Amino acid sequence: MLERTGVPTEEDLAKVIPPEERRKRGPYAVFECFQRIPCDPCYPACKAGAVKPFDDINDLPVVDLDKCNGCGACVAACPGLAVFVVDETFSETEALVKMPYEFLPLPEPGETVGCLDREGREVCSGRVVRTVKGKDKMATPVVWVAFPKASCHSVRHIALRRGVA
Amino acid sequence: MRETEIAVVGAGPAGLCAALAAASCGAAVTLIDREERPGGQLVKQTHKFFGSERQDAGTRGIDIGRRLSERAMSHPGIRTMLECTALGYYADGVLCLEQNERFIKLKVKRMIVATGASERMLAFPNNDLPGIYGAGAVQTLMNVHGVRPGDRVLMVGAGNIGLIVSYQLAQAGVKVAAVVEALPKIGGYAVHASKIRRLGIPILTSHSVKEAHGKEVLEGVTVWRLDPGWRGIPGTEMRFDVDVMCLAVGLSPLTELLWQAGCEMKYVAELGGHVATRDDNLETTVKGIFVAGDASGVEEASSAMVGGRLAGYAAAASLGYCPDFETKKKQALWELAELRAGPTGEKIRKGLAALRGEAC
Repeated sequence: MLERTGVPTEEDLAKVIPPEERRKRGPYAVFECFQRIPCDPCYPACKAGAVKPFDDINDLPVVDLDKCNGCGACVAACPGLAVFVVDETFSETEALVKMPYEFLPLPEPGETVGCLDREGREVCSGRVVRTVKGKDKMATPVVWVAFPKASCHSVRHIALRRGVA
Repeated sequence: MRETEIAVVGAGPAGLCAALAAASCGAAVTLIDREERPGGQLVKQTHKFFGSERQDAGTRGIDIGRRLSERAMSHPGIRTMLECTALGYYADGVLCLEQNERFIKLKVKRMIVATGASERMLAFPNNDLPGIYGAGAVQTLMNVHGVRPGDRVLMVGAGNIGLIVSYQLAQAGVKVAAVVEALPKIGGYAVHASKIRRLGIPILTSHSVKEAHGKEVLEGVTVWRLDPGWRGIPGTEMRFDVDVMCLAVGLSPLTELLWQAGCEMKYVAELGGHVATRDDNLETTVKGIFVAGDASGVEEASSAMVGGRLAGYAAAASLGYCPDFETKKKQALWELAELRAGPTGEKIRKGLAALRGEAC
């Protein structure tokens, strides 16, 4: 379980991954936020009004997926780096995931990277589509990565391949 | 003799907020810190803070520290004394200080003790080998001085500090072999744990250090699994070849000044050790001495900032400043209750109830 391993279970994820009908309609945010902690910056960050107001700051975020347009403002804002935007409509074969990435150097658009799962295992190769650095140098950069659709619910990090033979 | 209305000892998150609150009401404040710059542990906190907008959530600790320090240093009501150590407080209201090898006496009307906490050590064979650090020391090396502590690290402790420092090590390009935690579950926030797990760093719960190896410096660590009675299980040993072991096994409040001043102290395990009993205004049993931040019970920076603000207003109000103190107090108490309301605040709630002598 999450509190022993640090990795959310299938059961945890089933609560935050939208139904297939919504997933086919375009990009959506996945809040991998499963523990009640005093934290609410996702609410003011969402300009689409998709994150519902918090009654108690310890509540888990509730997302209105009809309002979520997949912009990714929450990805950069979440202090826990726990939000990802998934777009399964990106292309015929590829999904696009917008993920937080706080490492240097930042990947360049077009760069091929390793796509890692929630335990850091490489599951496939991906292509960087965009790197959004954010407003100031301390904001969390968001990297847009395209990779085969089948892995869109497992890939959550990337590894640069520079300097690797 | 030099004089001040309110002396604040410690310029970390609690002390800075205490000084700013008291000075904003018109009190003359002297802010004392032994380091060369204010900010306390905030200068090392490169991660974004939780909490709400009221506590600068989403802002990195280092930026909060910079902002608070700049405000305190430029406030006409605050005199800052850096590289200055508080030595003792005497019943006639004299606070003794050391700065530049000079002994200074400061006559104070009120004192707010915001001295923070110190890191705990762990007992195991060879725990004195060079290469074995407290997590705070590793953060200081990396984030203050820009020095890599080593090439390969074993982290001991999966509380928030252990998880955050593991992440910072990875950001600095240092390999983290594993995080070892004696408890059967991860103590820190799940999101911090998930952040390092996706980097491929394993977290071994119910495991502890058996012994460290090395002649002159640390060369490796043997870890083993613990049974439910906290005893190592022979045959479960694992060796990690590392040149750094980082201990993040908890903090204890730094309370020497409070003991010496004669405050009533009580041992509360949930608050990290001995802490001063105090009232709602954070005033101790010695009238005129207030406490805030980790020195009053180990918690985290957001609540330290709110607690510091409350102590600052309370100390100022007791001198006749801060006419709307009751409103400000209510707001601070509400924010503290909110920050401590969830399951992660349970330990603090239990500790504070024990301190008040209530069953929880």
